[in-house]
Amino acid sequence: MLSIKNLHAAIEGTPILKGISLEIKPGEVHAIMGPNGSGKSTLASVLAGREEYEVTEGEVYFKGKDLLDLSPEDRAREGVFLAFQYPVEIPGVSSTNFLRTAVNQVREYRGQEPLDAVKFLSLMKEKMKLVEIDQKLLSRALNEGFSGGEKKKNEIFQMAVLEPTLSILDETDSGLDIDALKVVANGVNQLKTKENATIVVTHYQRLLDYIIPDYVHVLFDGRIVKSGSKDLALELEDKGYDWIKEEISGTTV
Amino acid sequence: MSKDNEILEEFTSKEYEHGWSVDYEADEAPIGLTEDTIRWISSKKEEPKWLLDWRLKAFRHWETMDEPTWPNVKYPKIDYQALRYYSAPKQKSKPSNIDEVDPELLKIYDRLGISLNEQKRLQGIAVDAVLDSVSVGTTFKDTLSKLGVVFCSFSEAVKEHPDLVKKYLGSVVPSTDNYFAALNSAVFSDGSFCYIPKGVRCPMELSTYFRINAANTGQFERTLIIAEDKSYVSYLEGCTAPQRDENQLHAAVVEIYAAENAEVKYSTVQNWFPGDKNGKGGIYNFVTKRGICAGNHSKISWTQVETGSAVTWKYPSCILKGDHSIGEFYSVAVTNNYQQADTGTKMIHIGKNTRSRIVSKGISAGKSQNSYRGQVQVMKRATDARNFSQCDSLLMGDRCGAHTFPYIDIHNSSAKVEHEATTSKIGEDQIFYCNQRGISSEDAVALIVNGYAKEVLNQLPMEFAVEAQKLLALTLEGSVG
Ligand SMILES: Nc1ncnc2c1ncn2[C@@H]1O[C@H](COP(=O)(O)OP(=O)(O)OP(=O)(O)O)[C@@H](O)[C@H]1O
Ligand SMILES: [Mg+2]
Repeated sequence: MLSIKNLHAAIEGTPILKGISLEIKPGEVHAIMGPNGSGKSTLASVLAGREEYEVTEGEVYFKGKDLLDLSPEDRAREGVFLAFQYPVEIPGVSSTNFLRTAVNQVREYRGQEPLDAVKFLSLMKEKMKLVEIDQKLLSRALNEGFSGGEKKKNEIFQMAVLEPTLSILDETDSGLDIDALKVVANGVNQLKTKENATIVVTHYQRLLDYIIPDYVHVLFDGRIVKSGSKDLALELEDKGYDWIKEEISGTTV
Repeated sequence: MSKDNEILEEFTSKEYEHGWSVDYEADEAPIGLTEDTIRWISSKKEEPKWLLDWRLKAFRHWETMDEPTWPNVKYPKIDYQALRYYSAPKQKSKPSNIDEVDPELLKIYDRLGISLNEQKRLQGIAVDAVLDSVSVGTTFKDTLSKLGVVFCSFSEAVKEHPDLVKKYLGSVVPSTDNYFAALNSAVFSDGSFCYIPKGVRCPMELSTYFRINAANTGQFERTLIIAEDKSYVSYLEGCTAPQRDENQLHAAVVEIYAAENAEVKYSTVQNWFPGDKNGKGGIYNFVTKRGICAGNHSKISWTQVETGSAVTWKYPSCILKGDHSIGEFYSVAVTNNYQQADTGTKMIHIGKNTRSRIVSKGISAGKSQNSYRGQVQVMKRATDARNFSQCDSLLMGDRCGAHTFPYIDIHNSSAKVEHEATTSKIGEDQIFYCNQRGISSEDAVALIVNGYAKEVLNQLPMEFAVEAQKLLALTLEGSVG
């Protein structure tokens, strides 16, 4: 479904991603771990189409389409969803209004009729249950004054409403208390189908107890330096990243 | 840099939607301004002598005045002798009701989406339509007159209700008040008149629609609203003009008088032609709007959505004379391309326990300049006066400017005056966040801007709020690609 080949990207002339290759098939969950500043959010942003990042080499295909050729909104309409590490506040715009605009633009792109207010509200209700989010939060301005955890929960709620094919969760677990973490993980698991895939960016093995990955990748200095099963996450939790750094310098010498 | 600048570059493509004009036969005053012009206008309108004298007095005073230079706007000097001060569409005979209005003129309003045909009118809004210098027709007259509400063109009021006009004309905005008010007093051509008798809640929105059609013609309308004890009225004003290369002058005066326990809500959606993307053409909108809360417990509330005009100079104000009276000002002013706006309000607290509230939301894009100028004055007698002001500016791109000029003048130590101001930018990250959910950049801007202006838009009557939202989006359309 997603095929990344030798992806290089830079910001303001500074190379950040230095040759990433990754294949993701429908139904799979991939975890990406790695030290601070290694390029995890950059990868997520490049896939979502953030313009500040310049792709200098490589290619990305999504469902057979050249993803890098699409505008950010078309990528979203094709089914790419990014749960932001730092969700943005939009004063005065209610979550409901925001999401209805989003849903209907996505539907329009796909040649579907817009949802009327009644249908949209019943969709909201259904998904609200799924991620156990409070109605009151959704009638407030989008993310404005939300607590860190509430923002993250709202990202997953939006994901539930938009039903993407590929979800990228960028440190959705950070800032969540233990109960919220379970709720979010439960939501993600319930949304899982044979057709969609998830990329989970995290620092903590804890999340992976709830969202079980098929693969774990370690990103280091803009490259995937190690891939493995979910056991790799346990090993990282145990030993930190130093042994990987040693392994790399060992092989490159 | 990157995206914000692109936003800016693409700010140009949107065409002004109401930029057409229609040819019709017109009755016109000769170009230029002398006492004779004023006599010509006055006799054309078959006015009583007292009104002609009042005009002449204003004119003589105007001649001694200088155009104000303190607003934060720049425009070439206006040649007042090169303008035409009166242009009226020629009607075969004077219409006594709307069905007799020349169908050609009604067509102009149909094109604007304003049907003057009563059957077709939106439920519950009475309209007075003013084209160039005269009122074309007023709807729902009969319904209103049963309640004793007078809603008609200004000229008609001069004929039918001369005592009321004589009593209140110039009582809130004296003919010598300022340069443009004096000019208006000398040459005003028509406008709307509204009188709500004691104890009557006007059951429908009263609305005036102004359109400038003729070239090289100034529009100088005069609106007078009188609300007697315990009455209520909500008044709407809309405006458009055709797209022309040269600038056109619009200098209106609005006076509101609120007696004891009366409440007047005045809402404006201003969409005069703003000039093209290079700053050519557009309306100079130099307007004096003022209301007096004359009676105790009265209330005047101004709401304005300013999207048009090349240059705007406008400070709807409240004189809070009655004890416990309330003044409110809610404003959204958008400037794009080369537009300049210097707008705000004055709240003058005279009575005890008077309250005022100011909410101003400026939005600047392109190379435009947007200034808020507000004055809060608390007089000696105004014990326990309170004011709250909130002035926010939103910038799109880095070639526009936002300025805030608050003046506070307090002569009673019991006054409580609060002022808050913020400046923010539409962030790339806000737009990207919307994009990532499938929302186009254009709709993202509309969403963000409407969210920002929500507190003001919420003050508008329903139909107007929807219109205003669309207009905000339209003004900023083409801003992002
Ligand atoms: N505008 C910029 N100019 C230069 N370097 C930048 C810029 N933006 C990001 N970077 C750098 O890119 C690198 C990768 O950042 P990124 O946010 O992708 O890391 P991350 O792996 O997500 O880290 P974290 O775990 O802390 O979230 C960092 O070193 C960061 O400082
Ligand atoms: Mg990150």
